[in-house]
Amino acid sequence: MKNKALAAPYLVWMAIFTVVPLGIVIWFSFTDSITGAFTFDNISRMGTYLPIFLKSIWLAILSSLICLVIGYPVAYCLASAAPERQRFLYMLVMLPMCMSFLLRTLAWVALLDDTGIINGLITSLGLQPLPLIRTDGAVVLGMVYNYLPYMIMPLYSVLVKLDPRLTEAAEDLGCTPAQVFTQVTLPLSVPGIISGFTMVFVPAVSTFYISQKMGSAGTTLIGDVIESQFKAAYNPNLGAALSLVLMVMVLVCVAVMNRFSDGEEVATI
Amino acid sequence: MKKRVFSLVLALLLCAALIPAPEAHAASGTINVYNWGQYISDGSDGYIDINAAFEEATGIHVNYMTFDSNETMYTKLKTGGSSYDVIIPSDYMIGRLIDEGLLLPLNYDNIPNYRYIDEAYKNTAYDPDNLYSVPYTWGTVGIIYNSAYVDEEDVGSWDLLWNSKYAGKILMFDNPRDAFAIAESMLGYSLNTRDEDELRAAAYKLIEQKPLVQAYVMDQIYDKMERGEAWIAPYYAGDYLMMAEENEDLRFCFPEEGFNFFIDALCIPTCATNKEGAEAYINFLCSPEVNGENLDYLGYSTPESAAKEYMDPETAASDIAYPSEETLSRGEAFLYLDQETTHLMDSLWLEVKTEGETDYTPIIGISATVLLAAAYLTARGVRDRRRRANRCKKWRA
Repeated sequence: MKNKALAAPYLVWMAIFTVVPLGIVIWFSFTDSITGAFTFDNISRMGTYLPIFLKSIWLAILSSLICLVIGYPVAYCLASAAPERQRFLYMLVMLPMCMSFLLRTLAWVALLDDTGIINGLITSLGLQPLPLIRTDGAVVLGMVYNYLPYMIMPLYSVLVKLDPRLTEAAEDLGCTPAQVFTQVTLPLSVPGIISGFTMVFVPAVSTFYISQKMGSAGTTLIGDVIESQFKAAYNPNLGAALSLVLMVMVLVCVAVMNRFSDGEEVATI
Repeated sequence: MKKRVFSLVLALLLCAALIPAPEAHAASGTINVYNWGQYISDGSDGYIDINAAFEEATGIHVNYMTFDSNETMYTKLKTGGSSYDVIIPSDYMIGRLIDEGLLLPLNYDNIPNYRYIDEAYKNTAYDPDNLYSVPYTWGTVGIIYNSAYVDEEDVGSWDLLWNSKYAGKILMFDNPRDAFAIAESMLGYSLNTRDEDELRAAAYKLIEQKPLVQAYVMDQIYDKMERGEAWIAPYYAGDYLMMAEENEDLRFCFPEEGFNFFIDALCIPTCATNKEGAEAYINFLCSPEVNGENLDYLGYSTPESAAKEYMDPETAASDIAYPSEETLSRGEAFLYLDQETTHLMDSLWLEVKTEGETDYTPIIGISATVLLAAAYLTARGVRDRRRRANRCKKWRA
């Protein structure tokens, strides 16, 4: 029982820096920016921003799905590699994360700009430059690139712990490799998929830097709006209300996703 | 018990990490300066390094920080938690800061160099009694364009920023006051209008322009214009002179409808902890020699005639930094609008920034995802139930 005391530092930390600020966010959401009086004004203005909320969620879902499609095979190969090579390969996956997120995004801007490196090569061949940047696709690309390791890590840790005897048993019982994958490996890795999906989705839905650098003037995401309210417009109340609504939406999404893994555990028992 | 003590110590340590370490310099020996980005001669290209020269002359250490718009600076001051000794806002923002009691009156005994400031930049509308501010630079807003891509015929009016021929190559200010001023000039309104209908009309004009805009930017403009990533941008004349040194194709135009004429001035906010150090810094910047060398690098216009002696004669005679009386007569200075109008402008600006064509992809995409997820969960539920039923059947058999 005494071991619980070891968690105390984090609990104190969380109380001061998560619970209290959360209370402040809620307080700000329901007060007026000028008078400080209680109001529902900020929350009632959310309807105006619905298209932006939807766009942010959609781009985040899209990038999470792409991350899953790209990340799963990588995690699978990683987990089935020889143990001594695994550590090296895992480090390679993590390597981009050692560099600042801002720099990595700016590097993409330098690559994709109309006068950037890729278009520079294209124009030097005598062709017209391609519209690579300032599209929704570029924003998704930026998100996928930046958050891919968050998808690979949980998938890898689930796949590497998968009991090889289960797949052997399936093979012995006459499963084809494709069946082994769809009937055994994939269902057992659902918890990894869910946590990878969540870890990509949550930062992607609230991102603001990527959309500002790689999106067009029309790709304003909810993170950009929140940032502008705190940084330039000095309306922290509207910003807090937007964050609160976003937080509730993210929690609902995460709760729905967790349904997938809950049911799967029951099914495999 | 030991564990409990250990964890308590850990908790305390975590909190202690947040308390800033005591400053290495004594409080009297450091000032925090908060200025616009790219707005001081920093020793590059062989020009004077102002902050280093000040440190050498006075022994006061300068912590130098930058902001990219008046509004960002205001938010930083307003949210508190930071202490600045010298700030350099523009005219209308100084008016707002005075109105809200965020500036300290200056002690001119510590700023003898104030006598060099030309009379034309004293007793201004934002600080009529010269209590709070000492002019740093002045300038105008105009259109910078790349003559390699932009037809000379199209140039002359703010219309150029609405010209669909250059869609995707146009930049726009990322702050409400400067952006609205352009729309207001085009519509023939005063840049200081408080009329709600006029402000709405200006916002509508900006929304109209939005599909043509590559990005809403401030300091990024240097890089984008110099490389030719964008071809047309409204910006401050002084910065044009700096950009033109990097890219010879860039040109500047004073739009015929009128434009903003501004003064940026040195002020001391109420959160200052070293007022005397701050006044020494202001005094240092006002010495004609320092001012001349600083603005020679910056390209902005000097409020001190005496400083021109220390500048490159070509810069001092530039008709972009020092336009003719006739051109200047088209300029209009910003005044502080009241709080209500400022809030209206902020929320209209947010409308401009968030406005987009109705796009159904997200709705279709999200609905498809939700449907697929629901279908999967139901199918799995059905399958599980069948499996369980089968298992029971086998058991009975």
